[in-house]
Amino acid sequence: MAARTVLHEADISRALTRIAHEIIESNRGPDGLILVGIPTRGRYLAERLREQISRISGTEVPVGTLDVTLYRDDLGRQPVRSPQPTQMPGDVVDGATVVLVDDVLFSGRTIRAALDALGDHGRPRAVRLAVLVDRGHRELPIRPDFVGKNLPSAQSERINVRVTEVDGVDEVSIEDRA
Amino acid sequence: MRHLLSTRSLDRDAAVRLLDIAEDMADTQTREVRKLPTLRGKTVVNLFFEDSTRTRMSFEAAAKRLSADVINFSAKGSSVSKGESLKDTAQTLQAIGADAVVIRHSASGAPQTLADSGWIQAGVLNAGDGTHEHPTQALLDAFTMRRRRHGAASRGRDLDGFRVTIVGDVLHSRVARSNVWLLSTLGAEVTLVGPPTLMPLGTAAWPATIGYDLDAAVDAGPDALMMLRIQAERMNDAYFPNAREYSRLWGLDDRRLSRLPGRSIVMHPGPMNRGLEISARAADDPRSSVLEQVANGVSVRMAALYLLLSGAGEDPTS
Amino acid sequence: MTTRAFLITGARLADGRTTDIRIEAGRVTELGAGLDARGAETIDASGLIALPGLVDLHTHLREPGYEQSETVLTGTRAAAAGGFTTVFAMANTSPVADTAGVVEQELALGEAAGYARVQPIGAVTVGLQGERLAELGAMARSRAAVRVFSDDGFCVSDSRLMRRALEYVKTVDGVIAQHAQDPALTVGAQMNEGTVSAELGLTGWPAVAEESIIARDVLLAEHVGARLHVCHLSTAGSVEVLRWAKARGAQVTAEVTPHHLLLTEELVRGYDPRYKVNPPLRRQEDVDALRLAVADGTIDIVATDHAPHPVEAKECEWPAAANGMVGLESALSVVQATLVDPGHVGWSDVARILSEAPARIGRITGQGEPIAVGSTAEITLYDPSPVRPFGTDRLRGQAVNSPFIGTELPGRVVWTFHDGYPTLADGELREPDDIAAELVRA
Ligand SMILES: [Zn+2]
Repeated sequence: MAARTVLHEADISRALTRIAHEIIESNRGPDGLILVGIPTRGRYLAERLREQISRISGTEVPVGTLDVTLYRDDLGRQPVRSPQPTQMPGDVVDGATVVLVDDVLFSGRTIRAALDALGDHGRPRAVRLAVLVDRGHRELPIRPDFVGKNLPSAQSERINVRVTEVDGVDEVSIEDRA
Repeated sequence: MRHLLSTRSLDRDAAVRLLDIAEDMADTQTREVRKLPTLRGKTVVNLFFEDSTRTRMSFEAAAKRLSADVINFSAKGSSVSKGESLKDTAQTLQAIGADAVVIRHSASGAPQTLADSGWIQAGVLNAGDGTHEHPTQALLDAFTMRRRRHGAASRGRDLDGFRVTIVGDVLHSRVARSNVWLLSTLGAEVTLVGPPTLMPLGTAAWPATIGYDLDAAVDAGPDALMMLRIQAERMNDAYFPNAREYSRLWGLDDRRLSRLPGRSIVMHPGPMNRGLEISARAADDPRSSVLEQVANGVSVRMAALYLLLSGAGEDPTS
Repeated sequence: MTTRAFLITGARLADGRTTDIRIEAGRVTELGAGLDARGAETIDASGLIALPGLVDLHTHLREPGYEQSETVLTGTRAAAAGGFTTVFAMANTSPVADTAGVVEQELALGEAAGYARVQPIGAVTVGLQGERLAELGAMARSRAAVRVFSDDGFCVSDSRLMRRALEYVKTVDGVIAQHAQDPALTVGAQMNEGTVSAELGLTGWPAVAEESIIARDVLLAEHVGARLHVCHLSTAGSVEVLRWAKARGAQVTAEVTPHHLLLTEELVRGYDPRYKVNPPLRRQEDVDALRLAVADGTIDIVATDHAPHPVEAKECEWPAAANGMVGLESALSVVQATLVDPGHVGWSDVARILSEAPARIGRITGQGEPIAVGSTAEITLYDPSPVRPFGTDRLRGQAVNSPFIGTELPGRVVWTFHDGYPTLADGELREPDDIAAELVRA
C-alpha cells in the first residue's frame, strides 16, 4: 500500500503558525489561554503552538496534556488501551479559554471524551478545538475552531500524522487500506 | 485480560502495564472529581464467601470510581449459607448480567473453577482464594514498593534488584504466594522467613530464599520487610508454642525496627495484630507503608477492573 | 449356570496359545484347535485375548444408601463392560456393611442383578467408626462368607484395634484390607503434599501418612502372624516398605489402582475435581515406582477403587468436591497402557494381577481360575489393538466421574462371560431382561 504525502514539514509549520495567529486573534490576545494537547501527537502540536504564540505575542501560555482513554465510549470495541499520562497546569483551568489540540479530527468521539475529561479538571470559560487535519466523517455535532488542513477522505483511507518528537519526521500522509 | 486469577500467570510486561495503569488511576484520584465514566453500564459483583470488609470496600470503591454498578453479594445470610452451590450462585449472577465477578472464597482454586466452568461469561477477579493467591494484594504491594523506590518516575519500571523479605505464616498465606511470583517476575529478590512449621514443603522451585532467622534477615537490610498476619487459629494447632515465643522470634519488635535501615519499607497486608507479628511502634513508623498500601489498593483494583472490563477480548496478555 | 453352549474360536490365551474354547453349562468343556461347533453359538475371537474373568478387590457399589451415585445393578453393569466377573463391594454403604444382615443383602442384590458376582467386604469396625470391632465372625459365617474386611475410606488408625482385627480374622483365614492414611497427618488434606500443593495452596496429604501406617501394619501382621492387604498403594516409599516386609516374610499383599499407575498430581493444577481422589495422585517418580513394583511382584494386584459420585459432587470448588473416580470400565485399558505396552508385564501377568491374585487374596473360588477344561466359564475377551479417546459412552455405570475422559486409551473389552453366559456381547452390554432370562434358564 503506497502512502501519499499530503503535508510536508514546511506545510505543517506554516499551518501551525497560522493557527497560532488565529488563536490569538479570536481570543483577543494570549491572556487566559491554555493549550491542552491530546496524546499522543496532539501533545507535541500543543507544545509547538505554545512556541509560536510565545514568538508572536511574547507570552508563555500554559500547556497541558489530557489523556481521554478512561472517558472513551468505545472501550469494549477496541483492544485494551493503556492510558497515557495526564498533566494539567495546576489551578488555571477554571475561567480559562482552553484550546484542545489534536492531530486528526475524525468521528469526534475523542473530542467528546476530552470535553468530559476536561470537566473533571475544572470549569473553563470556553473550550476551543484546534486540529492539524480534519478528515470529515463526523459522528457527533462537533466542529473544529482552527484547522490546519481539510482533507476529505474515504472511510477506508488512513491518515498518518507523524511528528518529529515521536516519529522522527514531520509529515501527513494518506494510505488506502482497502 | 479475560480473568485475573493469579500473579503466577502474569508476565513482566503484563504486570508492569497493570502497575502503570494503576499510576494513571492514582493520578485521577488526586483530582477534585475522582469519579471516571470509564465503566459506565458495566456491572461488577463482589461475591464474598468469606468476610473481608477491607477488601470488599476497596473493590467497591475501585468499581464505583470507574462508574460501574456494584452489587455486593455476601454469602453470609444468603442462599449460599443455606447450601446453594457455587454453580447455582454463578448462574444467578449470569442471569443478573454481571460483567465481572470479584470473588473471595475460602477454597483455594474457587476463582479458577468459576472461570473455567462455563457457568458464567463474566470476567473473574480473584480477591483471595483459600491459601492460594491474592493477586491484587501483591500488585498493590509491588505498586507501593515501586513508588517508594522510583517515585514519579515509576512508570515502565520493574523492581529489578529490590530485596524483599516476607515474614511469618507463608504456609497459609495467599498474600505470600502472590507476592513470591509477582515480585520475582518483576526482578525483585525475595526471602521468606518464618518458623519451619509455617513454611510449605516443596518450595525448592520457588524463586525465593528460605530462612528461619528474622534477626539475620533484618541485619541484611532488606528494601522491604513484609510482616504477614498470624491467624488466631494457628496458635492452637502446634505450629509454634505460643504467641509470646512467636513474637519474640518472628515479630517485628522495636529492637528489630531500630536495626532496620532508614530506606526500608515496613509492610503489612492488614489487618494487623499489633504486639504479635508487628509492634505498635513499627506499625506507626514513617517507614511503614500500611496506609499507603490501602490507598494504593484502590488504584490497583481500578486498573485490574479496567483491564478486565475494557477491550474487545483480543488482548494478548489475557 | 446356564444351559447355553458357546464356541469361542481362535482366541489367544494369556500364555500365548491360540485355541478354541467350548463353554457349556457354565464350565469350560473343551480347549483346542478346530473344535466342533455342534449345538453351540460360535464367537469369532481371532485377534482377541481370552483372560480369566477379571476380579476387582476394591469396588464401591454405593447400595444401600447412596443409590444416586451407583446401585449394585449399575455398578455391576459397569463391571461387565470393563470385563469384570467379580467385584468385591466395599463396606462404606449406609447402613455400613458391618453385620451379617447387610452383607447378605449385598450378596443377594448382586445375585439378582446377574451381571457379576458381588462379594461383600465387611467393615472392620462398627459403623467404620474405628472404635469397636464389627461382628467379623458373624459376617464370615453368613451366606456372604466374608473374608475381606476393610474400613476403606477410613484408616484403622488405632494400633491396638488394628492388631486385634488382624488377630481375630485369623480364625476365618480372613484379611484386613487397610486404607493406609494416618488421620492426624492428613487433617483437611486435599492433594499430595509437595511442590504442587505448595503452589496451589491446597492442604497436603504427605506420603509419610501412608508409609508410616503401612510400616506399622506390616510389623503388626508379622507380629501376630496374620494376613494384611494394603489398599491403593500410592507412593514410592510405600513400595519400599512393602518390599522390605515381603523380604521378611510378612503375609502382606498390596494393590495399586489404575489411576495411580497413569496420572500424576500435575493434573490438579487446573483444580478440576475429576482428579480429586484419596489417596491423592502423586508424583511421576511414584507412578514409575508403582509400575516397576507391579512388574517385579512387590505389588500383587491392580484394583480399581471404583468410586462413583453424582455430578454435583464434582461440579464444585476443589475442597468441596468428593474424593474418588470411577474405574471399572477403563481398568483393563489403563493396565495395558501403563504395564503391558511399556513391557513391564505380559498378558499372563495381567491374568494374575487382575483375576487370579485378587480372587486368591479374597479367598473366593470359581473365580480367577486359569482358563482350562473344567474351569468355571468366567472369561473376558479383549481386543488390545484399537486406540481411541476414552469417552463417556464407555461408562456404563451411573456416574461419569472418570479422570480418563478425553484421553487416548488402548483396547476394548468385547465379550464378558459370567457363569457361562455373556454379560457383554460383542461390545454391547446385555439388557437386564436378557440377563434375568439367563438366570431363570439356569
Ligand atoms: Zn480407600
